[in-house]
Amino acid sequence: MAGERVVMDSQAVERALKRIAHEIVERNRGAENLVLLGIRSRGEFLVQRLTRLIGEIDGGAPPTGVVDITLYRDDLSRSRQTPAVKGTEVPFPIDDRDVILVDDVLYTGRTIRAALDAVIDLGRPHSVQLVVLVDRGHRELPIRADYVGKNLPTSRGESVQVRLRECDGVDDVVITPAEEA
Amino acid sequence: MSERLLITGGTVIDPANGIEEARDVLIEAGLIRAVGAPGAFRKEAKGADVIEAEGQWVTPGLIDMHVHLREPGFEYRETVATGAAAAAAGGFTAVACMANTKPVNDNAAVTEYILDRARMARAASVFPIGAVSVGLEGKQLAEIGEMRRAGIVAISDDGKPVGDSGLMRRALEYARLFDMAVIAHEEDPQLAEDGVMNEGPTSLRLGLKGIPPAAEETMVARDIALAELTSGKLHIAHLSTAGSVELVRQAKRRGLAVSAEATPHHLFLTEEAVEGYNTNAKMNPPLRREIDVEALREGVRDETIDVIATDHAPHHVDEKEVEFDVANFGIIGLETALPLLLRLIGEASVARSTLIRALTVGPARVLGIPRGTLSEGAVGDVTVIDPAAVWRYFAREGRSKSRNTPFDEWRMKGRATCTIVAGRVVWSAEEQRRETA
Amino acid sequence: MEYRGQHLLGLEGVPAEELEFLLDTAASFKEISDRDIKKVPTLRGKTVVSLFYEASTRTRASFEIAAKRMSADFISLSSSNSSATKGETLLDTARNLAAMRPDAIILRHSSSGAPHFLAQRVPCAIINAGDGSHEHPTQALLDLLTIRERKRQVGGLTVAIVGDILHSRVARSNLIALRTLGAHVRLVGPPTLVPSEFGRWGEICHDLGQGVRDADVVMMLRIQRERMNGNFFPSLDEYSTYFCLTRAALREAKKDVIILHPGPMNRGIEIASDVADSEAAVILDQVTNGVAVRMAVLYLLVNRSRADVDANTPVEVVHAPPVRQRRRQAAV
Repeated sequence: MAGERVVMDSQAVERALKRIAHEIVERNRGAENLVLLGIRSRGEFLVQRLTRLIGEIDGGAPPTGVVDITLYRDDLSRSRQTPAVKGTEVPFPIDDRDVILVDDVLYTGRTIRAALDAVIDLGRPHSVQLVVLVDRGHRELPIRADYVGKNLPTSRGESVQVRLRECDGVDDVVITPAEEA
Repeated sequence: MSERLLITGGTVIDPANGIEEARDVLIEAGLIRAVGAPGAFRKEAKGADVIEAEGQWVTPGLIDMHVHLREPGFEYRETVATGAAAAAAGGFTAVACMANTKPVNDNAAVTEYILDRARMARAASVFPIGAVSVGLEGKQLAEIGEMRRAGIVAISDDGKPVGDSGLMRRALEYARLFDMAVIAHEEDPQLAEDGVMNEGPTSLRLGLKGIPPAAEETMVARDIALAELTSGKLHIAHLSTAGSVELVRQAKRRGLAVSAEATPHHLFLTEEAVEGYNTNAKMNPPLRREIDVEALREGVRDETIDVIATDHAPHHVDEKEVEFDVANFGIIGLETALPLLLRLIGEASVARSTLIRALTVGPARVLGIPRGTLSEGAVGDVTVIDPAAVWRYFAREGRSKSRNTPFDEWRMKGRATCTIVAGRVVWSAEEQRRETA
Repeated sequence: MEYRGQHLLGLEGVPAEELEFLLDTAASFKEISDRDIKKVPTLRGKTVVSLFYEASTRTRASFEIAAKRMSADFISLSSSNSSATKGETLLDTARNLAAMRPDAIILRHSSSGAPHFLAQRVPCAIINAGDGSHEHPTQALLDLLTIRERKRQVGGLTVAIVGDILHSRVARSNLIALRTLGAHVRLVGPPTLVPSEFGRWGEICHDLGQGVRDADVVMMLRIQRERMNGNFFPSLDEYSTYFCLTRAALREAKKDVIILHPGPMNRGIEIASDVADSEAAVILDQVTNGVAVRMAVLYLLVNRSRADVDANTPVEVVHAPPVRQRRRQAAV
């Protein structure tokens, strides 16, 4: 694609995830109380990788689930199209657990706000911590990530895309400048 | 206004006298003075009013022998005056109106009332049809003789069937005394019970209760047998099924005095018009299948069907803008009949003279009224038709008080340009244009 | 994929992909009813009005629960407490309601076509909760969802629908949707209740044993006592002798057959008690799925852009079945 710039290649992505896995285990003093929830859809794949990495560091496998934030979005009335709902799958209790919420890109913070509402509707966790692979700034709500793969200053017109092997065939993060369409 | 009226330059179609060629017509003192070669009356007609009918047809005044004028009792839907005006706008010089008014026309007083209103309207002539039974209740014969003296031309309980076969027999016998036809609305009440459209795949799909063709055919067969038994004069109203047409055809072959009628909507629309729960496609008998439309057209072609009549049934918008189950049956038809029927000539190979016959001498014979011909000395009822006129029908511009029609906004070809009753122009397309301009 | 209709008036004309999409969406809503806090904020501040001209406890309750779990405000009107008893027409009632700007009206009415009538005249989304003998789309959707859960997919299944097909809107919606999804449908009942005209939609069977032979799914319909007065059958006893689903009759079906019933059941008349309580009967699943289906329908229809409702224009009926114009009719 024209103008596309790779800001993280597959090795950088893998290194970032490894580091984040270590940070999670360290900050939470082990993995026993953890629950990893990915925000659809790329968050789900990141969760699978993090779980494997955490298992390599600490042994054991924390439970994982997927959160669909469609029903919690604040912009549903505005769009003419009704977004498809794939559903939330968290088939275990999260009360008193440390929930690690995982998403690919943190931007305005509205997705995370919706995800927090979804998580609170599922139970009362001990804590909710946020993992993002990329933080591109321009927050519109007071949301911050606890674990960041890479801080990426961007302008509003640019578009940031995380591509993952599991669904895009390749691991990288690319920035595309504003559309001239 | 002159006592004399000359219609010149047109093609006269007078099936009663076997004429179908370029002729001029001279009317004097309300009667047909003469029909002659083009230009024949130039001298004689000095000072007469002239109607130029170049490229148009000149026919005996068209007759619609099945309309509902709703007065007395339902004036919010139509009155004798508005109905007669709508008839004239549709090219009809005479209509016969049914007895299902309120009170029912089952006695001389109501008959006289209707005739009175018609005289005041000064549009198309109105010939009342009296009830067969008191109150249309199907139990006791109405005072047919009294009504005959007051001016009815036939009897019918139309709107409802005469369910009691014994009563129908007596009616056919008794009407012979007055040489009148019994006009039958054929519907077996138990087979038709609660039905709102033709019974078939469409009614099944739409979840609406259906009226099977058998509901009509069983009664047609019954009444033909009764006509044979009584030697009475039977006229079957608004045929809607192929089976009915065939029964009538057989009866005629056997030489029985049975005549039959079809409506323009049954000659053009099928049950599919109900799609979307369109209440302007709800009427009784209901719209049926393609094969029925084909059979009715064939019936018109071979004159098994003697008469075409509209069954003009005005209803108020509050009676039609409701759920399909609850909506009243019927549509108006006086102002759309002619352009629709003219299409049969091209589309269905109906001969011109056959079509005009079904609207003139056909109904005149059934009702026994001195109309439907351009013979010398006949009443000066004439319709001038432009078969090529292109126009658009808007229900809101019609003369009828009601708007319940499935043909609203249809592009039409062909229309009456001048309607003349007893030598007087009661409607002309030019005045219409001036009015709406 | 999306559901393109602005209303849910029926399943006729809804293509297979949209049906599957409706079912997928409904499936994703199921887990909400398993949570401790059974609510999502999606329809917060939206108003849903249910207008029921026919008595119904379960369908109305199901819609109400669905709406409330989506955080919508739900108003319930039934014919006894509505102005219909004062002689107000359906149109006037609907117009009055519409002036209060609801986001959706759920209508159950005894006249076929009543929801279509409203949809042409009122600017909000209309959901058909059953119109006369015409359709009951949410019932069919929940039936399909239940079948799909147990049987993986609907296409290729043999489904027997037994009972008063003629008067049943549940039967109609189901057979339309089942055919769209590629199931083989058998319609079973006496000739008075399963007229031959239905032959174009399914295989007609007047014998119960033959009807359920090798069936994967058997759907029983309620027999209404009023039908006896219309002479559709002489007595309930005689009807049940020939058409009651008993264990014996069920032996003809496949070993893993499932049995559905829209409820409420007439035990001993159309279905034997032991069959109704057996493992094969998935009636309670149907009820659970009913709430999920109705949540999905509300989600998909109520979230239209407010602009449509504000413009006060009647919204298009997208899934009207194709009108085959007669060549001659040429209406312009």
